[in-house]
Amino acid sequence: MPTLDRNLLHRFGLLLVILLVGLALSLTTDTFLSVANFTNVARQVSINGILAVGVTFVLLTAGVDLSLGSVVALSGVACATFAHPGEHVVLVPIAVGLLTGTACGLMNGLLVTRGGVAPFIVTLGMMTIARGLALIVSGGRPVANMSTELTALAGDFLGIPIPVLCFLGVSIGAWYFLRNFRLGRHIYAVGGNENAARAAGISVDRVKLVAYGLCGLLTGLAGVVLAARITTGQPNAGQAYELDAIAAVVIGGTSLAGGIGTITGTLLGVLLIGIINNGLDLMGVSSYYQAVIKGVIIVGAVWLDRRQARS
Amino acid sequence: MLRALELRKDFGGLTVLHPTSVDFRPGEVHALMGENGAGKSTLMKILAGLYRPDGGHIEWRDHRAEFNSPHDALVAGIAMIHQELMPIPDLTVAENITLGGEPCSAFGLIDRPAQVARAKELLGELESDVSPTRLMRTLTVAQSQVVEIAKALGRQAAVILMDEPTAALSDQEVAALFRTITRLKARGVAIVYTTHKMDEVFRLADRISVLRDGRLVGTAPATELNPAKLITMMVGRELAEVFPVRSTPSAEALLEIEGLTREPDYRDVSFQVRKGEVLALAGLMGAGRTEIVSAIYGLQSAASGQIRFKGRPISVRCPQDALAAGIGMVTEDRKGLGLIPALGVGQNITLSALRNFSKGQRVDHSAEAAAVSAQMAEYSIKASGPAQPIDQLSGGNQQKALLARCLLGAPDLIILDEPTRGIDIGAKAEIYALIQKLTHAGKAVLLVSSELPEVLSLAHRIVVLRRGSVAATLDAATTDQEAVLRHAMPL
Repeated sequence: MPTLDRNLLHRFGLLLVILLVGLALSLTTDTFLSVANFTNVARQVSINGILAVGVTFVLLTAGVDLSLGSVVALSGVACATFAHPGEHVVLVPIAVGLLTGTACGLMNGLLVTRGGVAPFIVTLGMMTIARGLALIVSGGRPVANMSTELTALAGDFLGIPIPVLCFLGVSIGAWYFLRNFRLGRHIYAVGGNENAARAAGISVDRVKLVAYGLCGLLTGLAGVVLAARITTGQPNAGQAYELDAIAAVVIGGTSLAGGIGTITGTLLGVLLIGIINNGLDLMGVSSYYQAVIKGVIIVGAVWLDRRQARS
Repeated sequence: MLRALELRKDFGGLTVLHPTSVDFRPGEVHALMGENGAGKSTLMKILAGLYRPDGGHIEWRDHRAEFNSPHDALVAGIAMIHQELMPIPDLTVAENITLGGEPCSAFGLIDRPAQVARAKELLGELESDVSPTRLMRTLTVAQSQVVEIAKALGRQAAVILMDEPTAALSDQEVAALFRTITRLKARGVAIVYTTHKMDEVFRLADRISVLRDGRLVGTAPATELNPAKLITMMVGRELAEVFPVRSTPSAEALLEIEGLTREPDYRDVSFQVRKGEVLALAGLMGAGRTEIVSAIYGLQSAASGQIRFKGRPISVRCPQDALAAGIGMVTEDRKGLGLIPALGVGQNITLSALRNFSKGQRVDHSAEAAAVSAQMAEYSIKASGPAQPIDQLSGGNQQKALLARCLLGAPDLIILDEPTRGIDIGAKAEIYALIQKLTHAGKAVLLVSSELPEVLSLAHRIVVLRRGSVAATLDAATTDQEAVLRHAMPL
C-alpha cells in the first residue's frame, strides 16, 4: 500500500526532523529540556495549532483562508465586549466569540460557493473587512476590563494550560471527524476532484460551506483564547497568523491543490514551527534573523517533502 | 534506432511491465497491442521520459540513454502525442507549436511573425489549414492532435509515440491522420502506435508487438498476423462469444422523456426506456447524446421538457436528485467526472453509496471494507489493494471501479456514456455481460456509444440523434449500420 508507506515515511521524516531539532536545542541550551519549557512551547503553539487544524479543512477542499488573523482579532474584540465583570455569565462572551468566527467563515463559504468567487479573493476581502470591523467595534482601542472568569481560560486545569487542552480537544475532534464522518470523506473527495465528486452525488457546496464554517468556528475559538490570554480584545491582534497556520499545515504534508492531508501531519507541522520559534528565542537570536530562518525552514521542509514524493 | 532493453516498471509493489525488449526502426509504423493494463502506455511513457524504468535501459542511436524527463527525450528526438492531449488552451496554435523553442529576436523578445510563419510551415506539411493565430481551446480534438504532431515535427522528432490517437476522432479525421502518418513514414520517422481498433492496425502497422499482463507476448510483421491470431495473442485464449444474448424487456416504461430542450445542444427530444431494456442513443459527435443523458442525470439541466420516472414526473437539478430517484450514471469523461485520484480504489467505489455503510453520520469502516472487497471481486478489479490510489490503475480497471461505484447504489436505470471507450476486448466483454445481467434483473440501461457494432448487438432499440433532434427510433433486430448512419448524417 504505497500511499500508506508514503504517509508513514512523511510522518517519520517530519518526526525525525522535530527530534533532531529538539536534540540540537537540548545540547546547545540548558533551558530547552525542561517541563517548564515544554509547557511553555505547548502554550505558545496552541493558538496557531487551533487555527492550523481549522484551515486544514479549507485547504483539503483546495481552498484557502487568508482571513484567519483578522477574524481572530474580531472574535477577540467581540468576546471582550461582552466580557465585562458582572454583566453576563461567562458562556455569553465565549459564545459571542465563537459565533463571530463562525459567521465570518460561513460568509467566506457562501461567497466561494454561491458567489463563485475564488477563495483567495473572498478571504482576502474578509481579511480587511474583519480587521476594519474589529477597529470599528472597539473604536480602535483595546477592549479591556474583562472578567476574571473569562481570563481564567488562559490558566491551568489539572496543571495543564487550558489553551493546550483546547488545542488537543480540537485536534482529536477534527481527526475523528475526517476519519469517521461521511462529511470528512466528502471533504477529501471535493478537494481531490470537485467535478467528479459532484457527479458522484456529493453536494459540493454544502461540503465547502461546512469546511469554511468549521474553520471559522475554530478561528473564533482562537480569538477567545487569545483575548483571555492577553486579557483584552485587541483590534490589532493576530497579524499574519494565517501565514503561520497555513505554513504548519503545508509542512504537515497537506497539498495546496486539495484532497491530500491529515490532522496528524498538521499537528507535527505546528510542533515543528513551535519548537523552532522557541529554540531561536532560547538561543537569543534576534527576531529579525528569526523571521529569515523560519522562512527558510518552511520552504526547505516543503521542498524536501515534494522531492521525496517525486522519487 | 530506438531500443527498449529489458525495461521493467513497478508501481506500489505491482510489476506492471516485466522486462521487455523491443526495437523500433526508422520509417516503420510499430503497433503496440494489448488489453488495458497490458503495459503499452507504461512502455511508451518510459520511452518518452515520463517514467523512469525500474530495470533495463533504453538504447538510442546505439548509445545507452537516460531520459530523466520528457524534455530529455524530446531533445534527443523522441516525442509523445498523449491520449489526453496536453495543449495550453489559452495560447494560440502558433504559440503551442513553438512552445519551449520560440524563435527570438535580439534582446530575447519573441519574434511573432517568425513564430506564425514557422507554425504555418509545419501545419502545411501536414495538410492542415488550421490558422496559427487561433486560440487552442477553439480547436476540435482532431485539430489539436494535428497541432501536437506539428509540434513534434518542429522539434525534429525522429520517433513519434502515439497513444490511441484515434480514440476521439471521426472517420474523416482518422483518414487525415493516416495520410499524415504515411507521410511521416516516408520521411524516415519511426512511429509507435497503440490502438484498440483492429482494422486500423492492419491498415497501418508494419510490425506489431503484443503485450499481455505486462509481458511481451511477441513481435511479428503485420503481414504474418490476422485479427483472429492477434486477438488470441492479446487475450491468451480464443475469444468466446463477445456479445451475450439479449433479454426480453417488459412493456412497462421506466423512464419517459418528453420534449427535452436546451438550445443549441438539443431540442424536443422524446423517448422511453422500458424495464429490462437497453436503449441506445446513436449519432455523430456533437449530435447532443452526452448533453441529453447529462440532463437526465442532473449534470446539466435541460431548459424545458419533462422527465417521468417510474410513472411520476421528477425534477433533476443535480446528480443527487437522480441518484435518490434511482438513476445512476458512468460518465464518458473518466478523468474529469469520474475519478478522485488521491483516494484509494475502495473509497472511490463507495463514494456515491457511502450512506449505506454508515451509522448516522459516521462511516462504518468494517461494513465499508466488506462491501469494497465484494465489489472488487465481483467486477474483477485488479489492484494491489483497496488503498491503492485509483489513478495508478489501468483504464479498464478504473472503468470497472466506476461501474462498481454506480451499481453499488442499486439504481434502476443505469446510464452508460461510452462505457467501452479505450478499453480492451477482454474488459469490453465483461462490460457487455454485465449489461446483460442488469437487464435480466429488470434494470434498464441507457447506452451512449459511438461503436455501431456494440450498439446494434446490445440495444433493443436505437434512438438516432442528428444535430440535437431525434431523427429516428429503430428496432435493433431489424436494422443495420447503414440505416443508423443514414439517419445520423446531417442532410
